[in-house]
Amino acid sequence: MVAETLLQAVNDALRTEMEADDRVVLIGEDVGKDGGVFRATEGLINTFGPERVMDAPLNEAGIIGVATGMAMYGMRPVAEIQFMDFIYPGFDQIVSEASKIRYRSGGTYTVPMVIRTPYGGGIKGGIYHSQSTEAYFTHLPGVKVVSPSTPYDAKGLLIASIRDPDVVIFLEPKRVYRSFREEVPEGDYTVPLGKAKTARKGKDVTLVSYGASVHTCIQAAEEASREGISAEVIDLRTLLPIDIETLLASVNRTGRLIVVNEANKFGSFAGEISALVAERAIDVLSAPIYRISGFDTPFSYTWESVFMPDAAKVLEYIRKAVNY
Amino acid sequence: METKLRMDAALFQVMDNEGNFDKELEPEIPKDRLIRMYRVMQTVRMFENIAMGLQRQGRIGFYIGAGGQEACSVGSTAALKDSDWIFPAYREPGALLLRGETVLQLFHQLFGNENDYNKGRQMPNHFNSRDKNIATPSSPIATQIPHAVGMAIAAKMRKTGDIALTYFGDGATSENDFHSGMNFAGIFDAPVIMFCQNNGYAISLPTRRQTRAETLAQKAIAYGIPGERVDGNDILAVYSVTRKAVERARKGGGPTMIEAITYRIGPHSSSDDPTKYRDKSEVDEWMKKEPIRRMRGYLIKKGIWNDDKEKELLEEIDAEIRSAVKVAEGIAKPPIETIFENVYEEMPWHLKEQMEETVSRYGKNYRGG
Repeated sequence: MVAETLLQAVNDALRTEMEADDRVVLIGEDVGKDGGVFRATEGLINTFGPERVMDAPLNEAGIIGVATGMAMYGMRPVAEIQFMDFIYPGFDQIVSEASKIRYRSGGTYTVPMVIRTPYGGGIKGGIYHSQSTEAYFTHLPGVKVVSPSTPYDAKGLLIASIRDPDVVIFLEPKRVYRSFREEVPEGDYTVPLGKAKTARKGKDVTLVSYGASVHTCIQAAEEASREGISAEVIDLRTLLPIDIETLLASVNRTGRLIVVNEANKFGSFAGEISALVAERAIDVLSAPIYRISGFDTPFSYTWESVFMPDAAKVLEYIRKAVNY
Repeated sequence: METKLRMDAALFQVMDNEGNFDKELEPEIPKDRLIRMYRVMQTVRMFENIAMGLQRQGRIGFYIGAGGQEACSVGSTAALKDSDWIFPAYREPGALLLRGETVLQLFHQLFGNENDYNKGRQMPNHFNSRDKNIATPSSPIATQIPHAVGMAIAAKMRKTGDIALTYFGDGATSENDFHSGMNFAGIFDAPVIMFCQNNGYAISLPTRRQTRAETLAQKAIAYGIPGERVDGNDILAVYSVTRKAVERARKGGGPTMIEAITYRIGPHSSSDDPTKYRDKSEVDEWMKKEPIRRMRGYLIKKGIWNDDKEKELLEEIDAEIRSAVKVAEGIAKPPIETIFENVYEEMPWHLKEQMEETVSRYGKNYRGG
């Protein structure tokens, strides 16, 4: 065991898989000598060389499209998009190509590829270094969408994603990159995709979240406990396919659901979670399902702390749900 | 402003419109191979005539033709090894047939039946063949170009010796992915051939409205890549130019862009009327350069072809196509469960749920009434 940040855990996962499987290659902007703008790939070029740690020109469609072709030929590319806010020039390659190649070829061609990208606010990134647009991808058949909230899960989920036979969009909560360390096993282990984790047990209300907002939920749950309210926190870890069993089991016990994320509220993945629970468990609900999300505005530089849900806001909704 | 860079806009040609050929430039292709190439060209044309009729009768939903462009795909595919990968657009049934894919298999695709490799998921003419190393095309334009580059980079890393060739049209050179592919190909020295079939029109828009550049091949200069221009209706010239690019790629010399000047005789697809955007006189002019007639002229002048052989060949192909239509049309649709398969390797719960609900409405293995 070694204490690592989430960022170090990502680096550790990449190194572990590159050592284990020479089909694993990295491609992205500044991933080589610079080690990535957040240093997620630091040092890997020294071990694996520039052929396997490919510094790409500034072109997201090219990074994703080239990685797709490599994957079709049997490689295991891990593409890095520097910020999720910059992924859109490559959007067509994800939406029209990578996600549909297995389907449209009747399963004869496949794209075992990971697209890693940092997302979310909290680093003073303003409009274009802060967004959480996971709903564009959870709407898309043929991709899996994963987002860890802890170093242990980051390493295990990334290794599982690289080994996964499908396209995985791996969303790294950049606010949590260096915020704390955690014991992480050395070498190889996986955290399965499609399985949520109960981050905190509780019985009065279920808080469902993923990525950086999980920590906001845990903080709010701890504050609520001082008021005698027992809040459960579910960390989805994989958004698509979602772990419906863990989610429903929790809501069936607590009878209340609050969904927390940083995305723009309207049409966000929080809405999908709400609908799934409403369709399957409306009878057990003793309060409305609440979504606490970002505003339906572009992200704010100056007011990012107001834009993003904080523990105080979550706590208000916990009280509202319990007293409904 | 003065134009600083110019490239020779002349087209490489081996034969004239009648099939008279330049002995110095004539490529060495064995006689049986030449006849096979000719057969495939004729098959593509006759296939198209029948398929367009099926579309008009409502028996298939759509058709997109390759008529007039047969020399491009057949001549270039002939210059590759069968182990090389092809990333097609949708006017390259000739590439599949030359590699031994059957006419019947192409009709399975048009009818979207159970034997279709795509399991009835794609519109007609989106042919792929895993077995023949021909990748799966989509409808968005130019998106396959970066894939070919990626595959070629991977082949270079793995030292397999395979190269990639990707087909696209003149319209595709306006797309972002053309730039992405060309730029990555140059930077990573990828063993890939960018084969542009410039047929003069992107649906209705003439090439002069895609670019102010005099040629498309000159775009290669900006990427540090060799660009070649070839008469795309001269199958010998297409073969020779591609062969040169193949040798360069195979020896580690990196990518080549080829602009083949050709013309589609028919509409863009079964959904447009080309008389709205081009004159009959233009079509008549191009019919003089029509590639099948030119190759026939060449074969006759070589002394390896005659009218009897021609008649026999056309009868054979016609019978093959008619029998394939009959067989393919009679094959059942893929069962409705296949709607939900191959989205992922393993079906997630929400697709299982949707599949079970659909099966409960239609019945297990439902294939239509």
